[in-house]
Amino acid sequence: MRKRFRGTASYITSRDLEVAVDAAVTLERPLLVKGEPGTGKTMLAFEIAGALGLPLIQWHIKSTTKAQQGLYEYDAVSRLRDGQLGDPRVHDIANYIVQGKLWDAFQASEPVVLLIDEIDKADIEFPNDLLLELDRMEFFVYETRQTVKAKHRPVVIITSNNEKELPDAFLRRCFFHYIRFPGPEMMERIVASHLPNLRKELTREALTLFYEIRDVPGLKKKPATSELIDWLKLLMADEIPVDALRSKDPKVVIPPLHGALLKNEQDVHLFERIAFLHRRIQG
Amino acid sequence: MFAGFIAQLRAAGVPTSLTEYLTMLRALKAGSAAYDVEDFYFLARSALVKDERHVDRFDRVFAHFFRGLESLSPDIVADLPEEWLKKLAEKLLTPQEMAQIQALGGWDKLMETLRQRLAEQEGRHQGGSKWIGTAGTSPFGAYGYNPEGARVGQGDSRSRSAVKVWDKREFRDLDGDVELGTRGMKLALRRLRRFAREGQPNELDMSGTIRATAHNAGLLDLKLQAERRNKVKVLLLLDIGGSMDDHVEACEQLFSAARAEFRHLETFHFHNCPYERLWRSNRRRDLNETPTWEVLHRYGPDWMLVFVGDATMSPYEIIQAGGSIEHWNEESGQVWLQRLTRHFAKSVWLNPQREGRWEHTQSLQILRRLMEGRMYPLTLDGLDQAMKELAR
Repeated sequence: MRKRFRGTASYITSRDLEVAVDAAVTLERPLLVKGEPGTGKTMLAFEIAGALGLPLIQWHIKSTTKAQQGLYEYDAVSRLRDGQLGDPRVHDIANYIVQGKLWDAFQASEPVVLLIDEIDKADIEFPNDLLLELDRMEFFVYETRQTVKAKHRPVVIITSNNEKELPDAFLRRCFFHYIRFPGPEMMERIVASHLPNLRKELTREALTLFYEIRDVPGLKKKPATSELIDWLKLLMADEIPVDALRSKDPKVVIPPLHGALLKNEQDVHLFERIAFLHRRIQG
Repeated sequence: MFAGFIAQLRAAGVPTSLTEYLTMLRALKAGSAAYDVEDFYFLARSALVKDERHVDRFDRVFAHFFRGLESLSPDIVADLPEEWLKKLAEKLLTPQEMAQIQALGGWDKLMETLRQRLAEQEGRHQGGSKWIGTAGTSPFGAYGYNPEGARVGQGDSRSRSAVKVWDKREFRDLDGDVELGTRGMKLALRRLRRFAREGQPNELDMSGTIRATAHNAGLLDLKLQAERRNKVKVLLLLDIGGSMDDHVEACEQLFSAARAEFRHLETFHFHNCPYERLWRSNRRRDLNETPTWEVLHRYGPDWMLVFVGDATMSPYEIIQAGGSIEHWNEESGQVWLQRLTRHFAKSVWLNPQREGRWEHTQSLQILRRLMEGRMYPLTLDGLDQAMKELAR
């Protein structure tokens, strides 16, 4: 019986995410995950691999990544050098075919989870170039005239930050999930799973403050889960008392160690300005 | 079974295909969402919707199509809660009626009347497609009431109440017609990307080198090529007239998104309608004034022209020489606008005014005609369409 994905001790899921993962695994279709930065898109692949007990192959995409690099590359320069040095390896072209991540995933002796991270970073045609390969889970190596076919169809997780629109033909073949920003209740569970030693009251005060900051209109980059966790770790390390967070004292409206939450100079300025206005209204 | 659902989704503007429909059916068959309405909703959403901007539309269609689905599980069906009725009484009955009912025999009778009212309302709205009471002001109006009369208002106590998930419409903010942030704008502007290799060859052309080396009987022959760059050039003309004050924020966002996206971007300002002079910036106008002729001569026809303005003014400011409210213009705004749109091969007008109000403004209609219909609302969808038009 196949294992089902139900979240883990360190990764809290919502029901809709479980259903989407389940459907993608069952039908052996890629799962496309989108969401605000810092909501755990990449982490998801690690957790799925952990929960299903499968090894994980990661393919991180950069703006210069080509689809072909995921399949294989022909290392012409090495062959040229070997040819000029008279190395006997040069007679077999297969010696200069470098396997890509997709090839690794196809050839694995057991099913694997393949993470294609931040697919939107690459060129706009990148997803189109992988259509057939992900659909049939096979590709052809021209240099050696061999067809590489997946022994087991890997579980493919694709993340996107929405920087580019993905082609329709590609989307049709995927299941889709948008990770929403977690609400306070779920966030409390997430925080508890990451920082089990945190005092309840500190968590609550910090979360209240955190959501207030997120609600400040006009922030360029809203703080997300990963920033919250970092901030809480800092608060713990500095042993900031709960009162400092709760304080309605106008002089300390700026939360302690806010640098972990607001990563943008303009945002800090904006926040200070709002805090200043707030102070004037109160005073 | 769900074919009608797919048709409704497509009608609502969710681009769902047969492939995706079959995928969903296959997943259902495989037992991915067995016997649970909520799971079915999640599965359908995951299989049929591929863009978070469409989730809200999906939710609405789902709510409409599967209305009554929840009555399949009997435990959800509840009687009309009494306190709800009490509150509803204040809404539906006039004070006179209340007094009348009090005279007639108190609360029991009132309830009876209310039930009647509800029955009537049910009859009136049967043909409609909307749930009654959404966006209402009453405390029970938020979720709407079910015309079947099976359930009225949704209690928060049932945390897994079936309708709630899609009824919440959590994705409303992400609908393309609504949200408009710099990030979304950048995405829309990216449609204009046109990569080309221009300038100094400073990148190794791998395949070219291999080909040349093979030609050269194995002796290394290096080939270089220029870097790929976005070569789109955009000329942005922004209206800074008084009536634009309401739209400053939207324009600011557009401007900052455009500046991040295009390497070749030039901006000028005008007031209401472009005439013989444009300004670099609004501050100290007399100092950074540029004759429009100079703009026409300096920027070639390959620049893409984007006007941003609410096009709301007196019609004379467009069609009449001397019609400008600031100075005496020798030639009418219409002449200048046509000069600009003829010189630049591609041009669009973005209007921050709500599209619904367009037909009520005469000057807007004139400008729209002058732009040959290439006027788009300054929303994400509008921007998307405008960029498509420019990229054609």
